[in-house]
Amino acid sequence: MDTRAIDRILKKHNHEHSSIIAMLQDLQELENYLPENSLEYLSEKLSMPLSKIYRIATFYNAFSLTPRGKHLISVCLGTACHVRGAAKVLDRIRMYLGVEVGGMTKDGLFSLETVNCLGACAMGPIVVAGGDYYGQMTPAKVAPTMKNYGKKPPKPAAKPPRRKGKK
Amino acid sequence: MRRITTPQELEEVRKEIQNGRDPEKPCIAITSGTSARAYGSEKVVKAFRDELKRRRLGKKIDLRVTGGQGFDEREPLVIIHPKEIMYQRVGPNDVEEIITETLLNDRVVDRLLYVHPQTGEKIARKDEVPFYKGQMPIVFGNNALIDPTDIEDYLAIGGYEAFAKVLVAYSPEGVIDIAKRSGLRGRGGGGFPTGVKWESCRNAQGDKHYVICNADEGDPGAYMDRGLLEGNPHSVLEGMMIGAYAIGSDEGYVYVRYEYPLASENVKTAIEQLRECGLLGKDILGTGFDFDIKISRGGGAFVCGESTALMASIEGEAGEPRAKHIHTVESGLWDKPTNLNNVETWANVSFIINKGADWYTTIGTEGSKGTKIFSLVGKVNNTGLVEVPMGMTIREIVFDIGGGIPGGGKLKAVQTGGPSGGCIPASLIDIPVDFDKLAEVGSIMGSGGMIVMDDTTCMVDIAKYFMNFLKDESCGKCTSCREGTRRMYEILDGITQGKGEESDIELLEELSWVMQEASLCALGQTAPNPALSTLRYFRDEYEAHIKDKRCPAGVCKALITYRINADKCTACGMCKKVCPSDAITGEKKVPHRIDPEKCIRCGACVSECKFDAIEVV
Amino acid sequence: MITFTIDGIEVQGEQGQNVLEVALDNGFTIPHLCYHEAVKPYGACRLCLVEVAKGGRTRLTTSCNYPVMEGVSVQTNTEKIMRARRMIIELLLARCPDAPILKDLAEEYSVGQPRFTLDHDDCILCGLCERVCREVVGVDAITFLGRGSNRKVGPPLEINPKTCIACGACVYVCPTNCIKLKETETERTIVRWGRTLPMKTCKVCGRSFAPWFQLDYFGKITEGLSKDFWDTCPDCRKA
Repeated sequence: MDTRAIDRILKKHNHEHSSIIAMLQDLQELENYLPENSLEYLSEKLSMPLSKIYRIATFYNAFSLTPRGKHLISVCLGTACHVRGAAKVLDRIRMYLGVEVGGMTKDGLFSLETVNCLGACAMGPIVVAGGDYYGQMTPAKVAPTMKNYGKKPPKPAAKPPRRKGKK
Repeated sequence: MRRITTPQELEEVRKEIQNGRDPEKPCIAITSGTSARAYGSEKVVKAFRDELKRRRLGKKIDLRVTGGQGFDEREPLVIIHPKEIMYQRVGPNDVEEIITETLLNDRVVDRLLYVHPQTGEKIARKDEVPFYKGQMPIVFGNNALIDPTDIEDYLAIGGYEAFAKVLVAYSPEGVIDIAKRSGLRGRGGGGFPTGVKWESCRNAQGDKHYVICNADEGDPGAYMDRGLLEGNPHSVLEGMMIGAYAIGSDEGYVYVRYEYPLASENVKTAIEQLRECGLLGKDILGTGFDFDIKISRGGGAFVCGESTALMASIEGEAGEPRAKHIHTVESGLWDKPTNLNNVETWANVSFIINKGADWYTTIGTEGSKGTKIFSLVGKVNNTGLVEVPMGMTIREIVFDIGGGIPGGGKLKAVQTGGPSGGCIPASLIDIPVDFDKLAEVGSIMGSGGMIVMDDTTCMVDIAKYFMNFLKDESCGKCTSCREGTRRMYEILDGITQGKGEESDIELLEELSWVMQEASLCALGQTAPNPALSTLRYFRDEYEAHIKDKRCPAGVCKALITYRINADKCTACGMCKKVCPSDAITGEKKVPHRIDPEKCIRCGACVSECKFDAIEVV
Repeated sequence: MITFTIDGIEVQGEQGQNVLEVALDNGFTIPHLCYHEAVKPYGACRLCLVEVAKGGRTRLTTSCNYPVMEGVSVQTNTEKIMRARRMIIELLLARCPDAPILKDLAEEYSVGQPRFTLDHDDCILCGLCERVCREVVGVDAITFLGRGSNRKVGPPLEINPKTCIACGACVYVCPTNCIKLKETETERTIVRWGRTLPMKTCKVCGRSFAPWFQLDYFGKITEGLSKDFWDTCPDCRKA
């Protein structure tokens, strides 16, 4: 925990209680999530009950209380993308990464989230992976896209047993 | 930018800027809002800058980076002024050719032109492209003329003339009168008469009045406000400044949703520039009017688009709405009289002041004056932001401007109003788009999202989609909304899984009634709309799911099977390659087969098959 | 005094009062779950809905946070109200099927078996516990967490609220009795929040009477009392 960095954030926002959302956003940039000790420190310095801070941190989508993966995969589930088949793309990514929405892969490489409209509907269905935009996604394009970030595909389904007599 | 301390100085500065510009001088304008950036526009901008520098053309040719110009499907767009030549889907590799051919040799680069889908004609001028031709871009059109990060561009096209006029020549009551006579109605979805709102706020008791710009645009698929804030933030701010004067406010907030960092950035730059030159701050233009604007960023919550939840958020609380027994114009932000308006509403104001309320009333319909910006998205060819006069029909918007349905599909419905809205069936697309007409057919104007759906869209799935969204976006405070959205979702999900029962529809309708009557805020009160409107117009689809366990549109996974048509299959093997569950078998030259036991209906094979050989049954 | 009518009968209230409290004071029956006179009204449960006619318009509204107004006409039992009320009870019962208070309400208003899949929750998210903790006790130990269908009440990180003094106010005020307090000679636990505090014994009678942490807190916020005061249980103090 970098208390000096947190002090700077407090100073930037003049210790204003009403700026708590902006403060938490700045705080989250430090470690890519909101660690417990950072929030406790913030609560103390700001004289704001810790429960209030957790209220805010759990109400708004922007915040994560658990560490997030190196690459954030965001699947847009806006209406336009939905109509163009985003749900199937999401299913495929879930299968491929082996995580649920909001989760992180065991190797810490990927976090999966959904967003409700990136406002780039012309390219829908859209997936943003590690800050890069991938438009016109289809379930079939998921594997090649994820490979760009070092993700090997999951093991294939069990093969049927070999027939006797064959090599 | 020097300090401007009187209205006369403002005009002097404006003339100076205008005189320093030659309208005939060639200018390359590149769209680089969020949509264009997703397509790599920043690389294009850099390529132009580098190339112009390399060829030492910087002084002869201007470069202007604009926000979005509406035709997102074809961005990045490059418009060459003054000839108004439009190039679409420009990449960094096209830059050299554009400069050589068009700028230096007055020739058009054919392959970058828009091609008319029916006639095959290549169209060079932006205003002749059908997407643009059918529009009336009064408010959004200025995006094309300015770099949003440069206040001088805005001043050059007449920016802040309306504001200065108001400070000098009108009383606050006079401004309110203009707003009322214009007939301007809120563009955020409520459609409340703006002038009346301003008047109530002005008259409310309080030592402090606030004005707020609601830029929390949360309807999925709607991004008009983003287009305006990124591309022309000053138009919105000018409206707020005029409104603040009318209402008697000295402090304003722009509440920008968390998901719009570029919009937030551009508004911030605009505010800083205004402060620098004295158009925001104390004693503006020496008239004694004080006003300043702060930006408040959202944290990712759709419910914060609701005015009381938005205000709670600015106050640093969770975005829970509160009862509106006492209206926010009387007691809003920090319990003070507060006037909240949508981005597009504010953006209309300066035009009304400049050209007059009477002019405004000549556009639109009896009950809905002016234009509306829509985000035309979904199963439509020309996806993007379009601005049309109120009263244009849905058919004209979708077909004349939107270019119809891709792939020869058939229009099934158009959804307006986001999660609070409804689906308008194809049979009703000749209705004029205005507040009252849309309400009559069971939808709402909403903020402007217009989602086009074709026969591959399942309407039960759409109702389920919106309810899934709402159950997570509900703040969770009131029983009727929190439990209601969740239970309606469960029932709709059950129907799409083939577990629907006869009594489901009645239960959905009962839940809907209670949510409409008993919920605390508009989120809960309008949450049933998508389900109700799809039940109204597509009841047969619900019944097919419930009685026959069938999804006519071929969408609901539990009710469909994928089958390979042996006559069309060329055994290319592409489907087998992409199948994640090894469900497809087939040797070379033998039509392949899908094992329905293993198939998880992920759709990968369908999207890969180039021969249309996979059917949904 | 502000005069208005409830079900046709004239009643009077004072500026700052809400319709529900005036109604209850005057013997009217309006069911309510998230209202308690010790804390600010919240308007969450929606059971206290009434129909208010004001200036020619009638609307369905919660009575707990509707300010009394001159000349309005309030109805507490219309068909509309009953229809909404029944569904609210049904929804809450589906969420917490074993809560006695909900079973009683269901019987009173003829709400049958819920038509929804039954949950096994015990909290109706009325918020009384968190409001009492914040507004009355002042320790802000628990709060609403999350949103929408995921909303719940609890301490930060869902266990062991560090400012909780185990006073039991939340236990007392909960309408479904889902917050339990367990006590032994040596420790007190607010079960739902996972908060266990060691008990202090009275230096006079030797019985444990309150958690150390609680007494320390009261000591900090109260002036002018000797240390002796906090070492003695309330019974022995009186003696």
